[in-house]
Amino acid sequence: MSVKVYIPCDAAAVSVGADAVAKSVAAEIASRRLNVTIVRNGSRGMFWLEPLVEVETPQGRIAYGPVSVDSVASLFDAGFLEGKTHPLCLGPTEEIPFLKNQERLTFARCGITDPLSLSDYMSHGGYRGLERALKLSPEAIVEEVTVSGLRGRGGAGFPTGIKWRTVLNTQADRKYIVCNADEGDSGTYADRMIMEGDPFVLIEGMTIAGIAVGATSGYIYVRSEYPHAFRALKRAIAIAYDKGYLGENVAGSGKRFDLDVRLGAGAYICGEETSLLESLEGKRGQIRFKPPLPAIEGLFGKPTVINNVISLSSVPIILHKGGEYYKNFGMGKSRGTLTIQLAGNIKRGGLVEKAFGLSLREAIYDFGGGTASGRPLRAVQVGGPLGAYFPESLLDTPLDYEAFAERKGMLGHGGVVVFDDTVDLAHQARFAMEFCAVESCGKCTPCRVGSTRGVEVIDRIIADQNRAENLELLDDLCAVLTDGSLCALGGLIPYPVQSAIRHFPEDFHKPAPSPDNGSGKVSANVPGKVEETRPWH
Amino acid sequence: MGKPKAWDADRASTLIKEQESVPGALLPILHTLQDEFGYIDKAAIPMIADALNLSHAEVHGVISFYHDFRHAPAGKHVLKMCRAEACQSMGCEGTIRHVEERLGVRLGETTGDRSFTVDAVYCLGNCALSPAVMLDGKLYGRVSREVADFLIDSAQRHA
Repeated sequence: MSVKVYIPCDAAAVSVGADAVAKSVAAEIASRRLNVTIVRNGSRGMFWLEPLVEVETPQGRIAYGPVSVDSVASLFDAGFLEGKTHPLCLGPTEEIPFLKNQERLTFARCGITDPLSLSDYMSHGGYRGLERALKLSPEAIVEEVTVSGLRGRGGAGFPTGIKWRTVLNTQADRKYIVCNADEGDSGTYADRMIMEGDPFVLIEGMTIAGIAVGATSGYIYVRSEYPHAFRALKRAIAIAYDKGYLGENVAGSGKRFDLDVRLGAGAYICGEETSLLESLEGKRGQIRFKPPLPAIEGLFGKPTVINNVISLSSVPIILHKGGEYYKNFGMGKSRGTLTIQLAGNIKRGGLVEKAFGLSLREAIYDFGGGTASGRPLRAVQVGGPLGAYFPESLLDTPLDYEAFAERKGMLGHGGVVVFDDTVDLAHQARFAMEFCAVESCGKCTPCRVGSTRGVEVIDRIIADQNRAENLELLDDLCAVLTDGSLCALGGLIPYPVQSAIRHFPEDFHKPAPSPDNGSGKVSANVPGKVEETRPWH
Repeated sequence: MGKPKAWDADRASTLIKEQESVPGALLPILHTLQDEFGYIDKAAIPMIADALNLSHAEVHGVISFYHDFRHAPAGKHVLKMCRAEACQSMGCEGTIRHVEERLGVRLGETTGDRSFTVDAVYCLGNCALSPAVMLDGKLYGRVSREVADFLIDSAQRHA
C-alpha cells in the first residue's frame, strides 16, 4: 500500500513555500523510487508551522514542520515516511496542544481531507446534513437552524434562523441564496481557509439553505484578493454538478439548486450585504437603504438569504447532528463555536475553533503564545478595521458578542490582531479614518466626507495643533459618523478611533514628530509622512 | 497569470458576447477583458454599454468604482502590498517604504521602465504570516525587506 504524505495547498501555506516543498518531496520520491502518494490538503490552521507536512502511519498522522525545501532530503533520510523522529517532528498532529484543545465543528475536516475529493468528503461525514434535510419539511429545517442559535458569523451576529424564516415566508417566483465571501477585514482568514480547505461544506450548506427556503439558485461572491479560494470553489462546484449534488436533481431528490461563484473587484464595502447585492447585479457597490430587507427584496429584487461563509458552512453539522447539539456549545446568547483567527504580531498565529466564551487572554496567550516579537503586548484589535482597540486590562473579556458590545467593542468575524509596544495608537486611529476614506462607497455624507475630515483632524492632533479643541472636534465628528451613516462602515469607524483615544490617551499627547521622521526606521508604526501624499486621495 | 494581449476590438466583442446574457454580467465581463488585455480600454465602454443596454456613464461608473479595474496597462509585474492592520503590526510600512525607495515609485504607481506596478491592498487573508504581498497573483508571507528584495530580484531576472 502506498504511503500518504499530506502537504497543504492552502494559500497561506503556499505563501511560505508549500508548493516548493511538495515539488521537492515529489522529486525525492521519484529519485528514491518510493511508493508514496502526495495529497494536497487544506491547512490545519497552525500557520507558524507551515509548511506543515504530515505522514499517515499506523499510529495516525505524524506532523513535521515548518518544512523547508532544504530539509526535505533529511526527512527522507531520517525515515519520516514511517513517522520516525527528526528535528522538525512534532509528533501526532492531533496531539499538538494548539489543535487538541479546540472544538472543531465547522472546520472538522479542514486540513484532514483532500479538499477536492468528494469521496474524502463523504467518508468524513460530508452530505449527511443534506441527507437529513431532504427528509424534513422546509419549516423543520429552518426550525433546526433556529434552535441551534446560529448567528451571522460575518460580524453582525444576526440570528440565521430568523433570516431564513423571513425568506421562507415571503412568496415569490424566484428566491436566491447568496454567500458573502468578501472577507475583507484585516486579521480574518477563516472564510478563505474553509473555501480552500473544505469547499464542499459551503456548497452543502448553501444547498440546504436553498431547499429550506425554496431557492433554486445561489451565488458565492468571493473577493478578488482570494484567487486560490475562487479556483477551489470553481472546481468543487464542477465536481458537485458532475456527481449530481448540484443541478436539477440534487442528490436524487427531484429538487433543483444551481450554484455559481462570482469575483469581486477590490472594494471593501462589498462585504456589506446590500453593496454586495448591487455588485452581483453588475452595479457600483453602493449600499442600499433598508428596508426593504434583502430577505424580502434582495438580489434582482427577489427574496434572498445572504449569509457569511462560516454561517453557511456551519449548517451541515447543525442538520447532521441537530440544532440542540450545536446549541450546547457556547455561552449566553452566543451559541456554538467561534472561529477565532489569531493574527498580526503573534507567536503562534492560526485558527482556533472553540465554543464562545474563551477569554481574549486565553486565546492570545494559551493558544497564541504572546507576541511574535517577544515584546510586551500593548493593544489588540478584535473584529477587523471597524473593531475597537483593547488594552491589556481588557484581555479577560470573554469572546462573546454581548461581552464585547458591553465594552464598546465588536467581536465581528473573530479576527484578533495583536500589537506589541511599538504601536502608536494615534497612527492607528488615523489609519482607520484613512481606510474609511479609501473604501467609502460615497453614498452618505458622514462617511464620504467625514472620513477625510477625520484624517485631517487627527493629523492636527498628532502635530500638536490646538489639541484640546481638535480632540473635541473629533469626538463630535465621531458622533455624526455613528448616528448619521447609512451602514456599518461609517457607523463603526469611530470604534477604533475612540477606543484608541479612550484606552491610549498618552499616544495623542506626544510631542509633535519632527519633519524628517519616518525615514529608515525599523518600526512601521511611527506616524509616517509617507501616506499623506499617497495618490489615491 | 498569462501575459496580457494587445487591445483587439474584435476579440473584445467576442468576449462580451459570450457573457452578455449572464445575470449581472458587467463585473464578469470587466474581469474577462482585464484578464485578456491587462486593463479596460476606453473603446470597450460603448461596446459593453450597447451589449448590456446601459449608458456609457453607468459602465464608466462601475469601472471607476472598483479598485481592481485599470484604465491603462499595468507594469510587467504587479506587486500588491498589504497595508492593513495585521500587516502593520509586523512592520509592513517599513517594507513598503523600502520597496518604494528601491523602485522609485509610490504605491499606486508604475516604474518608468514599466517593469513594476506597486499597489496598496487591504488584506490578503494571510494575517497569521504578516506582512503579506501578492506578486503577479502569487501570495507571499512574512515579507521582510530582504524577502521583498528577493522577490523583486527574481522577477527582474525572469523578466
